[in-house]
Amino acid sequence: MSEPVLATHGLMKSFGALIATDNVSIDLHPGEIHAIIGPNGAGKSTLIGQISGSLASDAGRIELLGQDVTRLRTAARAQAGLGRTFQISALAMEDSVFENVLLGAVAATSGAWSLFMPVARKVALTERAMQALDRVGLAYAKDTRCADLSHGQRRQLEVAVALTLAPKAFLMDEPMAGLGAEGSRNLTGFLDGLRSEAPILLVEHDMDAVFALADRISVLVYGRVIATGTVEDIRASDAVREAYLGESA
Amino acid sequence: MIPERFINASVIAGLLAVPLWALMADEIFTITLTTRAVILALAAVGLNIALGMGGLVSFGHAVFFGIGGYAMGILAFHAQTFAPLELGPLTIEGTKSMPVIWLVATVASALTALVIGLLSLRTTGVHFIMITLAFGQLFFYFTISWSAYGGEDGLSIYVRNSFPDLNTLVPIQFLGLCFAALCLALLLQWRLRNSAFGLALNAARQTPQRVETVGLNPMRLKLLAFVISGAITGLAGALFADLNRFVSPTMFSWQLSGELIILIIIGGVGRLMGPVIGAAIFVTLEHWLGGLTDFWHIWLGVILLVIVLFGRGGVIGLLTGKEGPHV
Repeated sequence: MSEPVLATHGLMKSFGALIATDNVSIDLHPGEIHAIIGPNGAGKSTLIGQISGSLASDAGRIELLGQDVTRLRTAARAQAGLGRTFQISALAMEDSVFENVLLGAVAATSGAWSLFMPVARKVALTERAMQALDRVGLAYAKDTRCADLSHGQRRQLEVAVALTLAPKAFLMDEPMAGLGAEGSRNLTGFLDGLRSEAPILLVEHDMDAVFALADRISVLVYGRVIATGTVEDIRASDAVREAYLGESA
Repeated sequence: MIPERFINASVIAGLLAVPLWALMADEIFTITLTTRAVILALAAVGLNIALGMGGLVSFGHAVFFGIGGYAMGILAFHAQTFAPLELGPLTIEGTKSMPVIWLVATVASALTALVIGLLSLRTTGVHFIMITLAFGQLFFYFTISWSAYGGEDGLSIYVRNSFPDLNTLVPIQFLGLCFAALCLALLLQWRLRNSAFGLALNAARQTPQRVETVGLNPMRLKLLAFVISGAITGLAGALFADLNRFVSPTMFSWQLSGELIILIIIGGVGRLMGPVIGAAIFVTLEHWLGGLTDFWHIWLGVILLVIVLFGRGGVIGLLTGKEGPHV
């Protein structure tokens, strides 16, 4: 098997007496979509926070492309190649769609310290931004103020911003959340093609999307990974059915 | 609604027209008033870079105004007493040269802004307001007890400092210098706003976590904005001291910090010409209403209330019908 792009080893995090992440070791290999599922309160958001760098881990190690990034700040992890999307859109609401993706292009080319040159005249950056918008199918709305976007368009924009970074690994926090059936299908199709560019660690509630996309699934319950395997393995697993699928299915 | 470009052009035209009229009508005092408005506008343009672009509600920008003022006061004081400034092994001659004084004022303010920014930018919101206010009070009380430079009474400079090839004692010539400085600062802000840095700073104001996630450090962006901001307000302080030929601790007062914020809110937060319109209104009110009643601040308060309640983008917001950035 090839070297993992992203891996956690024995990751721990507790809040007081509550253990939110309990000895989590997962990895993400080139070309795959690894989905993380689990009931509410399973610790998915905490895990995302730890991997992206917004939450410090109590113990354990996080590696990105073989480099130990456990002690790096969020910005440094992004520079090292981690492309995160947010569950609740963290977009610059007063700015246009284009300005939001342009920010990604600026950051990816470390051009943020250019103080006097109008950024709109930097063709390499504007092209990079437009390409990302084109790919998610949001180019038509480039001049729309972000605050005026529909929920689904904001999800698309979240993905577009991550694309401008050309990351080595994507970390996506419920990209389908709140999308309609059609939007969800479209994004599923898009993510399917994206995995060959960079693998995706996908935290998602939409089971149809997860079963359609995931090469592997890890099931998180009370902060612990109770099973990891292919879609068939997970569907067949009694432990998973009991702990998770059983609740609703 | 009126396009913002048209408003910007009108404001600059108005700033040119008033002194020209005053010159022809021999209304010297109007020229002095305009100079005061231009200098306050310059100070507020500085603050607007931190406040409007970076979302940093600094309640201590009088620090930089005062440092600029004291840079002028101290250098000119040593020049007029012919006693060099002794700093340990260093001996610094005083100077009456404006360009040198401006350089010292901007560099000193920028360095102070760097230190204050490094300490204050760890906080946000009300805490940031309070810590910047505390720095302002620190400088205020320090200068009150700084007897070498007049303490509470301040420092008088008898002759206005000089600028090559100009007679700065002629009001219109001094106004020309201040006007040029204001235009340069506005040009700088305009370039900053359209640059990659401006884009990133604007995003850092709205969503710092996004900025981090694309690999930028929002605090560094804000720190640079704060330093540029402090430097411009410092330059305004040096000009203000030269206008009055007097420096005192009131330049460090929290009232002045507050007035700078009020100027910007009246004109329009984050708008290029917001501080200029705010300063023009402020100085006009101060002069006309101040002549009628000692309590003219009441009317300033009424205007501020109306603007905050009904027009979130200040005068420019009302005229253009577009809200400004949220801070």
